[in-house]
Amino acid sequence: MTAITHSAYHTVRQIRALLRQPVFVAITLIQPFIWLLLFGALFKRVVDIPGFHAASYVDYLAPGIVVMTGFFAGGWNGVAILNDMERGTLDRFLVTPARRIALIAGPLGYQAVATVLQSLIILGVGYGLGARYSGPAGIVVFLIAVVLLCSALAALSNAIALLVRQEESLIGFVQFTALPLTFLSTALMPANLVPHWVATIARYNPVNWAIEVGRTALGRDQDWGVIGTRLLFLLAFAAALTWAALAAFRSYQRSA
Amino acid sequence: MGAFVTSPTDAAIAARGLTKTYPKGVRALDGLSFAVPAGTLFALLGPNGAGKSTTVKILTTLTRADSGEALVAGHDVRREPDAVRRAIGVVGQKNSGGVSDTGRENLALQGRMYGLRGAELKARVDELLARFDLWDAANRVVRGYSGGMHRRLDIAMGLVHRPRVLFLDEPTTGLDPEVRAEMWEEISALRDDGVTILLTTHYLEEADRLANQVAIVDRGRIVAAGTPNELKGELRGDAVQIELAEPPRDGEVRKALADLDGVGEVVLGERSLRARADDGAAAVPVMLAALEGQGVRVASVMVSRPSLDDVYLRHTGRSFHDVDAQGGAS
Repeated sequence: MTAITHSAYHTVRQIRALLRQPVFVAITLIQPFIWLLLFGALFKRVVDIPGFHAASYVDYLAPGIVVMTGFFAGGWNGVAILNDMERGTLDRFLVTPARRIALIAGPLGYQAVATVLQSLIILGVGYGLGARYSGPAGIVVFLIAVVLLCSALAALSNAIALLVRQEESLIGFVQFTALPLTFLSTALMPANLVPHWVATIARYNPVNWAIEVGRTALGRDQDWGVIGTRLLFLLAFAAALTWAALAAFRSYQRSA
Repeated sequence: MGAFVTSPTDAAIAARGLTKTYPKGVRALDGLSFAVPAGTLFALLGPNGAGKSTTVKILTTLTRADSGEALVAGHDVRREPDAVRRAIGVVGQKNSGGVSDTGRENLALQGRMYGLRGAELKARVDELLARFDLWDAANRVVRGYSGGMHRRLDIAMGLVHRPRVLFLDEPTTGLDPEVRAEMWEEISALRDDGVTILLTTHYLEEADRLANQVAIVDRGRIVAAGTPNELKGELRGDAVQIELAEPPRDGEVRKALADLDGVGEVVLGERSLRARADDGAAAVPVMLAALEGQGVRVASVMVSRPSLDDVYLRHTGRSFHDVDAQGGAS
């Protein structure tokens, strides 16, 4: 119980910090809008390719952009603990009797809240551009998948921050994983239209698991088998990386 | 263990035989021991890299010693870290306030970490904001605070739960003189309130001015300890420092000063010399005459009462400022 309360303090602290940077909020919101608009316009005609089953490209694209944006946001999550480390704020928390786990769980909670809001906004923009979704239940299921992926990335980002303690490494990590993993998924093209090796990698790509949940849950014919297995994969992925983050935290304390 | 348990019960901090070697083989602590009586201000004085910060990290549960024992507020730092954490406040060298939060939010969060809630928390936060002159800035984001405001907020956060023992780890390092003077006033006030304080510093003047007891740390060990006056009293007489007009030839300075009564501990630099004199004022004309007799030309002379710098020199064989200039981060 105390652990949850203490985590909530850190979640609230980060949400407050976010709201105090309106320019940052604006940029985060404009970026996916540009992706949707740009890709949507650029690849408008690909839906005419035989074998591409979608009402419109924006309709196809929306879940992928939501997932990619969540991936980026999660990847940046470790910056906060990095700043706290450099400024001595983390040590200030560590000499109090506050629960240790809150220092990891709090930021993950923040990331979940921020990602749900951001995803809803992107889905709204997508709707404005012509994308159509199955209904509230499908959206909720999709959001769960995005939050799981994003939490996993946030945990990994914190682990890297705690072990490497350099902002440059964190930036490098996000830059070198986000786009390749997006391209090695069905975010932009369906599996039956990409080279065989890409489709094979996509099957083991957590980004793709979340996109598959989205496309299935938001589509007309929901396949609960696909949704269920992918959600389980994502849950396992998030659990493993959260464990890694906690291990990194213990290692940080040992090396102090 | 036996002797350790029966060490003076009024000691708020007791460390015995602490050792710590960092992964790269750097020996930070090499059997460090000291005790701080409750209600006093104890200064650990030493250059960067002497082991002061490592000592504070061990005593505040941020890291563990390889061997040795430490009790803080009656609790073993290794076995009862949570009890230690509840009893202590810590102010580090850095401005640790969350920069995107207001002063009030920082203090409130700090209080909540110790379980303060509701009206009690608000009253305590208000009290600290008023006491540390942060009332007008309470609702401003900390990013815009001045250096002095940052430091006052840090002290306020360290005190939010009314700790019995307060750790101040180089709290004035890098501050401009005005803010440092302000900090010294705050620290004196806390000492006079009866809070037990462990202060680490590499400023001799700071230890001299604030501390009831000083321990000089060098290479992970305590080389001297006592009140500032006791430490200075160990030294015989005044320090005489003479700058020479040109580098002296071999032996001529020693020859000149060897047989003078009441002058001793002559340390020769490249173009300077230091010595101790029972009575500095009386020794200077005699010393100058003796140097002149050997043909050594003198540029300037300075006589001073013993300082902690001299104590440091005596116990480590090195001048404090030389070491500090070379020292890495501790």
